[in-house]
Amino acid sequence: MTTLLEVSGVSVTFDGFRAINNLSIQIGEPELRAVIGPNGAGKTTFMDIVTGKTRPDEGRVIWGEKSVSLLGMSESAIARAGIGRKFQKPTVFEEQTVRENLAMALRNKRGPFDVLFHKRSRKGAARIAELAEEIGLRDHLPRRAGALSHGQKQWLEIGMLLAQDPRLLLVDEPAAGMTPAEREHTTDILKRAAKTHAVMVIEHDMEFIRRLGCKVTVLHEGAVLAEGSLDHVTQNKEVIDVYLGR
Amino acid sequence: MTRPDITPRKGFLAENPSVSWFLGCLGLFTLGVTVLSQGFGPALLSTSMVKILGMTLCLCLIAVAMDVVWGYCGILSLGHFAFFGIGGYAIGMWLMYARTEGIVVESLANAPIPPTQAETRDAIATQIFGVVGSNELPALWAFAHSLPLQLVMVALVPGLLALVFGWLAFRSRVTGVYLSILTQAMTLALSLYLFQNDTGLRGNNGLSGLQNIPGLLHLPQSTIALWFFWASALALGLGYLLFAWLVSGKFGSVIRAIRDNEARVRFLGYHVESYKLLVFTLTAIVSGLAGALYYPQAGIINPAEIAPIASIYLAVWVAIGGRGRLYGAVIGAAVVSLASSWFTGGGAPDVNLGFYTINWTDWWLVLLGLGFVAVTLFFPRGISGLFDMLVRKP
Amino acid sequence: MRFTALFARALLILVTFIGLSLARAEMATAQDSLQPILQGHAADLAKPSRQTIGPVIAELLATDHPGIADFLRKWEAREVYQRPTDGLFFYAEETTDALRLIDIDSGETVAEVGSRDVDQIRPNAGVRREVAAALVPYELNAPDPARRLAALTAIARSSDASQIAPLAQSIETEPDADLRTRKERMLALLTAQFGETKAARLDAISALSGDISIEARSVLNQLAARRDGVAQTLPEDINIARVLELGTDITEAAAYDRLVAENLAPPPQTAKDLRDVLAQHIVGGTVGGVPLHLLNTTEVRARAYEALEAAGTVPPRAAPDEVANAVAAHVFYQEYLQPDPDITQAAEAALDTTRIALGLYQTADLVLDGLSLASIFFLAAIGLAITFGVMGVINMAHGEFIMMGAYTGYVVQLFIPDYTLSLLIALPLAFAVTFGAGVAMERLVIRHLYTRPLETLLATFGISIALQQLAKNIFGTQARPLTAPDWLGGAITLNDIVGISTIRVAIFVLALIFLALLLYILKRTRLGLEVRAVTQNPGMAASMGINPDRINMLTFGLGSGIAGIAGVAIGLYAQVTSEMGANYIVQSFMTVVVGGVGNVWGTLAGASLIGFLQKGIEWFNPSNTLAAQTYMVLFVILFIQFRPKGIVALKGRAAGD
Repeated sequence: MTTLLEVSGVSVTFDGFRAINNLSIQIGEPELRAVIGPNGAGKTTFMDIVTGKTRPDEGRVIWGEKSVSLLGMSESAIARAGIGRKFQKPTVFEEQTVRENLAMALRNKRGPFDVLFHKRSRKGAARIAELAEEIGLRDHLPRRAGALSHGQKQWLEIGMLLAQDPRLLLVDEPAAGMTPAEREHTTDILKRAAKTHAVMVIEHDMEFIRRLGCKVTVLHEGAVLAEGSLDHVTQNKEVIDVYLGR
Repeated sequence: MTRPDITPRKGFLAENPSVSWFLGCLGLFTLGVTVLSQGFGPALLSTSMVKILGMTLCLCLIAVAMDVVWGYCGILSLGHFAFFGIGGYAIGMWLMYARTEGIVVESLANAPIPPTQAETRDAIATQIFGVVGSNELPALWAFAHSLPLQLVMVALVPGLLALVFGWLAFRSRVTGVYLSILTQAMTLALSLYLFQNDTGLRGNNGLSGLQNIPGLLHLPQSTIALWFFWASALALGLGYLLFAWLVSGKFGSVIRAIRDNEARVRFLGYHVESYKLLVFTLTAIVSGLAGALYYPQAGIINPAEIAPIASIYLAVWVAIGGRGRLYGAVIGAAVVSLASSWFTGGGAPDVNLGFYTINWTDWWLVLLGLGFVAVTLFFPRGISGLFDMLVRKP
Repeated sequence: MRFTALFARALLILVTFIGLSLARAEMATAQDSLQPILQGHAADLAKPSRQTIGPVIAELLATDHPGIADFLRKWEAREVYQRPTDGLFFYAEETTDALRLIDIDSGETVAEVGSRDVDQIRPNAGVRREVAAALVPYELNAPDPARRLAALTAIARSSDASQIAPLAQSIETEPDADLRTRKERMLALLTAQFGETKAARLDAISALSGDISIEARSVLNQLAARRDGVAQTLPEDINIARVLELGTDITEAAAYDRLVAENLAPPPQTAKDLRDVLAQHIVGGTVGGVPLHLLNTTEVRARAYEALEAAGTVPPRAAPDEVANAVAAHVFYQEYLQPDPDITQAAEAALDTTRIALGLYQTADLVLDGLSLASIFFLAAIGLAITFGVMGVINMAHGEFIMMGAYTGYVVQLFIPDYTLSLLIALPLAFAVTFGAGVAMERLVIRHLYTRPLETLLATFGISIALQQLAKNIFGTQARPLTAPDWLGGAITLNDIVGISTIRVAIFVLALIFLALLLYILKRTRLGLEVRAVTQNPGMAASMGINPDRINMLTFGLGSGIAGIAGVAIGLYAQVTSEMGANYIVQSFMTVVVGGVGNVWGTLAGASLIGFLQKGIEWFNPSNTLAAQTYMVLFVILFIQFRPKGIVALKGRAAGD
């Protein structure tokens, strides 16, 4: 396992409020990692920083074997570098069909002229079918994404994340609004992805995290409070105080 | 687009039946106008009517461009009529120069000693710019003598302006209402610039006499009007085809996604700014071409044409016709601009209410304004949305 | 301190005045008729000569008769006539075919006579000079301050050396402090121009430095006036301002033109001259052996001319380097009209100081102009900014609300002729009308489009064109007056440079009032709290029991109401037309965009920036306001590049994405 992403000493302030405070996290490839923490611990802001949405006041975000800094890069360049993100609130393109949503996410060249002269290929169609099968939307491919149920949108978003085939998957609350069976399926998908990729999951559901069976990082007030196996962190006194003990 | 293996993908027309329908209707319309104006003479379809129809086709073309940039890509540009005007100015410069050159050469031909090139140029400059008190040809007119060069300008100037402006605006992530205001500011700046006498485009006099096509002066206006009508129809057909191809398939999918949630598209790895820039620039170029076809039919162009309100009207047409579908833009532009000239041209009969007589020249804008509000409120999909309701009801 | 001084001065003036009037009254009773006095000098007055007139004038002035100065002035101006039959003097008015004689004492018409029945008295130039010279000190010491002031103005209009002495004398006895300073300044002006000794002139000139009055500047400019000159060698005996460097200070063409103008060189042959000469020498379809149809380039024409030249038909042409040689053989310079270099140097130095002072005052004036424009933009834009900030809605009909307010003012004036009263009624009424219109628009249209901001923009545009046309249908296309009351009519001027019209001051005050009022409403009232809550997080505000519908409605009404008041204010100094709103809407947008959304201070900053910048650009290029606006808009476009969210931007998560 080699280090894929290294975040060190990152801080960010919104109008005097310190959302992230000297945060340092590493993740290797392949690795599965869960990030937990109470509301306002900075989980989403952390993802914003990694994906380029928010620019930190200080600190470094280093990526890949060539150790490039992600800080100067645009969101799209970071995404092309291999970081995919699933949002907390499912944000699919509701006006478009499931197939179009997946096709857009599919790993291909992203330049406007490449896309303009893009030709549909048998391979691409097969991959879309495969993904649709995996996320249970096989029969819904021609439907408008807006017509899907909330859970299906979650699945579509996961499908889009997988279609991107990124090296690092940042997954924000994937199990929200899912049935127990679906959660299990999600866990399977994430675990399978983590065999070859780096996967970072933000979740509140302890059961879900227990099933992932991976290293857990606890965030609190914008900094790492504890790190280790789930059992290890849940026995940590501070973690119990700020999070579990409530 | 020129590479044969990618020009309209196999099955493009089959996948988009509305394109074939549209092209068919356009063809029939062109044929009808040709037959009516040639077969039955001006009594049935006057030359000026042919011109109005040709101009309307040009307006439909820029409306289609506007629909792509706004209805599909979500950029409410209040500046596309500026590109239209620039196209008109670019072709107008050649028309005016070449025609004045003809007149000057003719009048100097009687002089005992033939004129030098410099003398001819000075005489042309005096003819054109005497009205703003200048007798020098501005640097802006360096290519005005050549039709091919000026045709390049028709596409190049709007394209470059859109490229630079778009790059600046999109780069700093100006979106939504802000972007609209900014494009409006651009239009305003351009029209104010053109209103000045010393900027080399004759100030508020504009360019005139554009209906006289150099080299074709021996032909009657009725023939020229028909030719321009054909050219406009061809341009609209080709433009429609180009944009229909553009918005179908994956590119269309991406720009619609940008319209709906551009941040999300960024996280998928698409460089949103390049897409917007491409769409903005391409539509600007097409707008310029539409303007270059429009103004020879209109005969005159002046800075008032580029005033911000013109671009807003353009948006109104597209909204009334129905955004997000190309034929909607065509319907909107055609219906509103033709209705506008019918009402304001005194074609509509007055309505006598007993205590007050509604004269449509005065009341048309009130009707249009309120009608537009009603469309926005009750038919957000515009006229073409009504179409859908009718078709899908049974 | 100051008051005491003022009071003392007033008292002094009063006392002097009473004293003088008493003295005058006494004299008038002694000799209340002028004619007898004049008759005493009838011969000298009727046939004046320069040698004898001096004492006569002195005696006449010594009588201090109130009409004497007037008489002398008219006498000098050849407006006095003598009737040969009785030798009496009369003033006269010319009618179409006769003269109407006017009695000198009573001012009444005595008779109408033909021009041959009376003798016009015609003093010669020497006599008239004497009279003028004698009148100046007399008038300068006249008891009535108005006459003294008039005398000063007369001197300013045409000044000469002879006025210095009487002016200087009159200063000592001048009771009025204000007039005294004026006299002193006039003395300095005169001395600078005509002073007897050089030292006195230099002193006077340096006293004028920094004086920005038009008179002082024109005197200094006259002293430092220059004339272009050209000579083969630089003349020694003149006061050279500077020698012009060829190429940097003057182009070769301009230099040659000057030589031509001074007849030092022949005019160059223009292309037209060449063509005309050739045209005169066409022989059998050729010129100098060159066929006509080939003569369409300059080179061929030159060849043809050379051929003619060789044949001796035409005079030789100037060689190409002749111009350069001629220019090189001469020296171009500017000389001072004033021969004394010390004087010109002092004048230049004084002018430099004046220019600095002038620059400062012009800057101050510019700042005032900018401030006034900024307050107009602020008034026009603040309503827009509030609605944009709270509701994220751009109201394209905002300009039409401004227009509505202005027309409200106009209609009120139709019913109430008293301008002050009508203004007092128009302001709240305009607010009420546009508030109502705004609320109606919000309820009927905007409420249904909240999730679609771009469509709101267009829908309000629809309302805008409908309203504009409606106004046109009701009020017609011509501009309607909205007259300001008299007390707003004038201007407040500090000096010749700095001044501002009262109406603009009033608008500035109005803007300040609204700034204060809005700040109060937003920061200190329940409504303001709720508005701010909705601005920052509408969802959260709604969940805390704030009714966003109500807030939106009130905000929209408030924003529109302010537009109405701005309309009245703008209508007072601009014309009320159906298109007046459209003229302000784009500037208002830019103000909002530049300032930043949802913040009163932001709008203030935006308005100030736009106002000052526009005035500043206009100052650089005053002849072209269109260009100023163009650059202004370009600036805004560039500005947005660097601060996309405006000057005062909300930060963090509240700003949204």
